[in-house]
Amino acid sequence: MANVEVKNVRKAFASVEVIKGVDLTVKEREFVVFVGPSGCGKSTLLRMIAGLEEISSGDVLIDGVRVNDVPPDARGLAMVFQSYALYPHMTVADNMGFALRLAGVHKEERRTKVLAAAKILQLEPLLDRKPGQLSGGQRQRVAIGRAIVRNPKVFLFDEPLSNLDAALRVQMRVELAKLHRDLKATMIYVTHDQVEAMTMADRIVVLSAGLVEQVGSPLELYNRPRNKFVAGFIGSPTMNFVEVKAMATSAQGVTVQLPGGAALTVPVASANVSVGDALTLGVRPDHLKVGASGAVAGSVMVVERLGGLTYLYVQLTPSQLIIVHAAGNSPVKVSDVVNVELEARLAHLFRSDGVALAHLEGDGPPA
Amino acid sequence: MRPKTKRKIGMTFVGWFVALLVAFPIFWMTLAAFKTEIGAVATPPELFFWPTLENFAEVRSRADYPVFAMNSIVISVTATFFAIVIALPAAYAMAFHPSRHTKDLLLWMLSTKMMPAIGVLLPIYLAYRELHLLDTVSGLIIIYILMNLPIVAWMIYSFFRDVPKEILEASRIDGAKPWQQVTMLLVPLALPGIASTALLSIILCWNEAFWSINLTATQARPLTAFIASFSSPEGLFWAKLSAASLLAIAPIVVLGFMTQRQLVRGLTFGAVK
Repeated sequence: MANVEVKNVRKAFASVEVIKGVDLTVKEREFVVFVGPSGCGKSTLLRMIAGLEEISSGDVLIDGVRVNDVPPDARGLAMVFQSYALYPHMTVADNMGFALRLAGVHKEERRTKVLAAAKILQLEPLLDRKPGQLSGGQRQRVAIGRAIVRNPKVFLFDEPLSNLDAALRVQMRVELAKLHRDLKATMIYVTHDQVEAMTMADRIVVLSAGLVEQVGSPLELYNRPRNKFVAGFIGSPTMNFVEVKAMATSAQGVTVQLPGGAALTVPVASANVSVGDALTLGVRPDHLKVGASGAVAGSVMVVERLGGLTYLYVQLTPSQLIIVHAAGNSPVKVSDVVNVELEARLAHLFRSDGVALAHLEGDGPPA
Repeated sequence: MRPKTKRKIGMTFVGWFVALLVAFPIFWMTLAAFKTEIGAVATPPELFFWPTLENFAEVRSRADYPVFAMNSIVISVTATFFAIVIALPAAYAMAFHPSRHTKDLLLWMLSTKMMPAIGVLLPIYLAYRELHLLDTVSGLIIIYILMNLPIVAWMIYSFFRDVPKEILEASRIDGAKPWQQVTMLLVPLALPGIASTALLSIILCWNEAFWSINLTATQARPLTAFIASFSSPEGLFWAKLSAASLLAIAPIVVLGFMTQRQLVRGLTFGAVK
């Protein structure tokens, strides 16, 4: 197993720069997820690590060795593609053993290794079938099996679950997490789905427009987003953003005026804020609740009942809709006027350039 | 009658008309081959007559058909084989590692087919004379390889383009070198397409007359030259010429008939995607 270092890596296609200088270290046995909206460069970054894409500038190191000019097969990696990329004319066993066959491994040994990998993934009954005779989930398993057989230093996954239906996706997510634990492997996983990122990652790398926005554990990103982009991207449903103005600053934090007139003092560093500055208040739906003492009020536009919980879409002002988390059996109906309570400690403030104001020491949501 | 049915009947009628128009000369030639020389040139033409095999006997006694046929087979198959072997790496490079000039190159390759062959007859004839390639089987094979390469490379290129590039990327990670990607993945995956390409190339070689007549004399003559030898200065013998032609085209017509599904699939490839 191995670590992967990315040092000031850039990638340009013709005159368009898609990766604009990324620095990153993936530690041994770590499960790192690259997440971001489509076109943010996450797949390109993975493909550069794999050796499928040339590196325009900067270095990629695996186990401390610069691999920029090393061909993909000599980097000791295995990759699982979104489209599975199985060899359609070969059986499952031949697909899984292809790399070994190319490396000149003897037939008997090849068979043993393929069987061992097939056992991990329960693929034994399918070994003589062709990919065309398999379901999507089975194909994905074969693709993962093909990676395991090579016994790679690093596993790379490029949106491997995107083509599966929702139920299968959840199942494979659990299996991949288990696989990571069993194989004790370094894994880099690309997805646009923040739920996959949150559930599987040791660390998440949030990318946007070719730049790293933030790197951290799922809860770090959830509780202490460095900017508005990360705050909005991580968490589902997405964080509520409310435009506010700074009324006062003090050692206790920044006081802002909420829609409806109430004041709220958010415990964040106030050094770079002046009274009158336009700020954005960010609060997650989970941190809001309906209650008599609520600081803001509005009428309920939509009620989404998910069984165990309910999401209320509350209109604060004609242009401001917020999502509020409520209990599954909440009696609230459409057109009800509700008061919404929010805890200042759990709120975030963002400057107009999107950067989050730092939470004061010992305060704010747990990091 | 519904307009849809009307249109269907109309299209069927047009289809049959075009097919009959195309097939008529071959049908007429087949009839002529079984007529006497007098019957073949009779006006009005005879549609019903007593068939005879004397033309075939005459043709067989005047020329050694198996020698010509063997030349045709050897030349067509060998030229097709080498054209495909040369086209495979070219198609691989153009399909999976295209450069800024790949499109221009493809168009240029095809444009060589637009030049009339007679425009280069003299230089090629002289070059062949110097290289002692005149009237040799290898000489014809070389010219046929060159003649068919553009179309063969184009077709294989379009079949390769249909192979998802992730499959090749997966194989690169598995350690497949470019030649292994071609032989272990692309050729098996594009085999139906390559087979149609080979069939088309064999047919084009088989029917080629210009180079085979101009570059051969006695040793390397294929069946097209065999036919030509029956249009003699003493006058045209329609029945014998028809019999010779029928003998010359029979093998390729049978091959084409047996493989028509494959051929149609290959030729309409890309058009119906």
